[in-house]
Amino acid sequence: MKFGVVVFPGSNCDLDAYHLVRDVLYEQVEYIRYDVHSLGNYDLIILPGGFTYGDYLRSGAIAARTPVIGAVKDFAGRGGLVLGICNGFQVLTEAGLLPGALYRNDNLQFRCRQVYVRVENAGLPFTRASSRGDLLKMPVAHGDGNYYAPPGLLRELEEKKQVVFRYADQSGELTARANPNGSVDNICGVSNRTGNVLGLMPHPERAAQKALGSADGLVIFESVAEYFKSREVQGGA
Amino acid sequence: MPEQEHDCKHRHEQQHDRDKIWRKLGLTDREYSMIVGQLGREPNAVELNMYSVMWSEHCGYKHSKSSLKLFPTGGPRVVQGPGENAGVLDIGDGYAAVFKIESHNHPSAVEPYQGAATGVGGILRDIFTMGAQPIAFLNSLRFGPLEDDHSRYLFDGVVSGIGGYGNCVGIPTVAGEIYFEPCYRGNPLVNVMCVGVMPLERMVLGKACGIDNLVVLAGARTGRDGIHGVTFASEVLSDQSEEDRPAVQVGDPFLGKLLIDATLEAVDNKLVAGVQDFGGAGLTCALTETASRAGTGLEIELEQVPLREEGLQPFEILTSESQERMLFIVDPKNLDALEEVFRRRELQLSVLGRVTGDGIVVVRHQGEIVAAVPAESVAGGCPAYEPQSKEPAYYREQVSFDPLALPAAADFGRSLLELLASADIASKEAVWQRYDYMVRTCTVQGPGGDAAVVRLRESGRALAMTVDGNGRHTYLDPYLGGMLAVAEATRNLSCTGAEPIGITDCLNFGNPEKPEVFWQFREAVKGMAEACRVLEVPVVGGNVSFYNEVGGEAIFPTPVVGALGLLDSADQQCTVGFCREGDLICLLGPVKVAFGGSQFLKNTYGKVAGKPADIDLTMEKNMQSLLRRLIKAGLVSSAHDLSDGGLAVALAESCLSGKIGAVLDMPLSDHTALELFGEGPSRALIALDGTIIDRVLNLAESAGVSLIQLGRVGGDMLLIRSGGDTIVNLELDEIKKAYEEVF
Repeated sequence: MKFGVVVFPGSNCDLDAYHLVRDVLYEQVEYIRYDVHSLGNYDLIILPGGFTYGDYLRSGAIAARTPVIGAVKDFAGRGGLVLGICNGFQVLTEAGLLPGALYRNDNLQFRCRQVYVRVENAGLPFTRASSRGDLLKMPVAHGDGNYYAPPGLLRELEEKKQVVFRYADQSGELTARANPNGSVDNICGVSNRTGNVLGLMPHPERAAQKALGSADGLVIFESVAEYFKSREVQGGA
Repeated sequence: MPEQEHDCKHRHEQQHDRDKIWRKLGLTDREYSMIVGQLGREPNAVELNMYSVMWSEHCGYKHSKSSLKLFPTGGPRVVQGPGENAGVLDIGDGYAAVFKIESHNHPSAVEPYQGAATGVGGILRDIFTMGAQPIAFLNSLRFGPLEDDHSRYLFDGVVSGIGGYGNCVGIPTVAGEIYFEPCYRGNPLVNVMCVGVMPLERMVLGKACGIDNLVVLAGARTGRDGIHGVTFASEVLSDQSEEDRPAVQVGDPFLGKLLIDATLEAVDNKLVAGVQDFGGAGLTCALTETASRAGTGLEIELEQVPLREEGLQPFEILTSESQERMLFIVDPKNLDALEEVFRRRELQLSVLGRVTGDGIVVVRHQGEIVAAVPAESVAGGCPAYEPQSKEPAYYREQVSFDPLALPAAADFGRSLLELLASADIASKEAVWQRYDYMVRTCTVQGPGGDAAVVRLRESGRALAMTVDGNGRHTYLDPYLGGMLAVAEATRNLSCTGAEPIGITDCLNFGNPEKPEVFWQFREAVKGMAEACRVLEVPVVGGNVSFYNEVGGEAIFPTPVVGALGLLDSADQQCTVGFCREGDLICLLGPVKVAFGGSQFLKNTYGKVAGKPADIDLTMEKNMQSLLRRLIKAGLVSSAHDLSDGGLAVALAESCLSGKIGAVLDMPLSDHTALELFGEGPSRALIALDGTIIDRVLNLAESAGVSLIQLGRVGGDMLLIRSGGDTIVNLELDEIKKAYEEVF
């Protein structure tokens, strides 16, 4: 597999995504600059975390207007897999590739801590190696992670199974205490209608080795690998 | 300041007014005559401004230079000691660690968010200026009691500012300490440390070498922020200090991040001959220090400095402390390549001038020479004072205070809960959750332990790091307090298994012109130096912050030690939490403790008094070395330094961290409270598999270090018995509630 990691000015988890792919997944990986107008051949594009353009405007708003986003939209339009983590999720909502918006945390403070994430839709290329209801321990680290969608949109997201992850407690309950930022219905990850673009606030790339406190985040990348393997098998048949 | 220019032209008539100028700029009459002597003439107003910022206490170390010479600064690992932007230590495999701590106390007192944020940005630049990739931040903070609204405002602003800059720039904040005392109410302490790593051969110095090389400015435009910030930092704070907010700089972490990446790429590609960041004293410092270190001169065109607004006077451009600016010394043939590196990040470069051979920094503005000063004189010519020193009256009184004469505590469980719930000891998780301590995915031990551990992708090794200081101890006995600070910092490293390899210090004191304050300073430095010598840890850099006073009241003398340790492998690290049911709990190190300056005395009796327990530095060294050997051999399952709150607090912390209880039998004692809550150095709480206890006892005996078995890990209570009595009997949930619900 070949991964592309988009680097905007101010991205700072690009390195972590890069090392995850190269040193943990042992797959190919390349950085992609924010000012390119087209993308090469990649199996998965990662929009990493960070503070693009300092997030001095709304988080992700300026990055969403850089040339590479046009290329990412084309790539996603052709069914390519796009994963936005933290600031990358914010960029994808600002770019209109994902529904909803990410507000300032309800406690008005940056939060960096381990959370439990419950898998709500295990049928996506990003989650197929997990099961619905699985709990993944992953860290969050953000100031603007308070997911919001208006009631009508929320219903739609539920119906189309676009809510992929929710904050839960250790026993899988969706409590207010488990929710680090006030996100509506504890939502922390959503996909587009076709399921090939996923954004989430928690950091799976920071939960990919036991030495870092958890390896639960790996399931997302194992799912992607499984997805491509199954396509190969189908293609072969 | 047109009046000043005018003055220069009419020097003789206006002599009287000019007197006021150097005094207003913080220089004494004697210092002014020295300037005239070194310059061979009277300085003009621009030159006087340059001298005044560089000869400020902050830049010139006038009152500390002679004492700082006491520190041992050499050793087999030392690549660069004090005097450069940061210290450099060889960490093997062709790599070096670069680290330094710095204070931003005064700016944080008047503008907590920006004061703290620019403190982070400033120390960050010191690290990547040397060619190192920053890998971690640490901080040491002091505030007034949180019941005080203003203290709470400062506390919240400082924490937000540290996170605001560090999180955005993408370097994890991995460890820190926070204490609260009334003496820091108007003058908080904000000390920030940064650690970086680089291949040894990549090191670049802040030297303007190579005649005809270009002097190039990169980064932010220059504005009026932070003008004379160093002068502001070299005075005591007053009621009017809040009006000095313009002396506080404003940070831009986004630009800071771009500058790190561009600078490191330029250094990697060998495009720069020298690098210097803009810190205190701005352009003046960057120019005169780089020239002075190389023994060269510079010719500078001031109009080439990009300005944020029109109309800045030459002295303003020269002393502005606008953030996120870098100075490069560049061979002309590399300029295009350097511009390309910066252009790719949408950053501009400005060529300010060139390196000359005559040792003079010549500054032109609109065709006229506005300053021509010898670099060596401005950067290094300021006097070193030997201030008067006098033992303060309080010292003898405190030492003779006997805390054991106080009425004994009756309910030890209650005392423990109160200690755990005190702001000094209670869990700071609510604070460090506001810092990204994981970005770069190398933090293998984050905040909350004895020291943080950051793995090195390059070599597989790991660096342990910590900041420690105890103002109470140093106040009560500065010499002993200095020794204790170094001992505790290195012990914290040893508790993770790491070998201490060097320290950086931040010396926070009051007005050194007061003999009592200077005595505290001198004694503390002597104590630190002695501990460094015996423990074999060189001091490779640091910072002195004087004039930490409000209304004539100085803070507790507060030396803060930032220490760095090396682990052969990240897998070898040890943590503080009990983790195995049935493990034996042992106390490693001497049993001698005292209540002097203890948290127990402060909590229970509201007193900061008495003498802290003495330290035997050789014992400290043996104990740490034994502890590291035990950890490396995999013989212990946890290790926790005993410090504030003594044995009982350490036990509770090890239980909470491991989410498991403990049952202990204390040896009978005349003074149980002292056994439980007394504080003393050279001690750690370890847990180990009972089947290997004889082996560990033998090792301890041959090392000459005491090892006492206290009890076992297990259950969901902390149960402490003494003789036949149960003296502490607490549910873990109860302990957790006390410890974790303060912030």
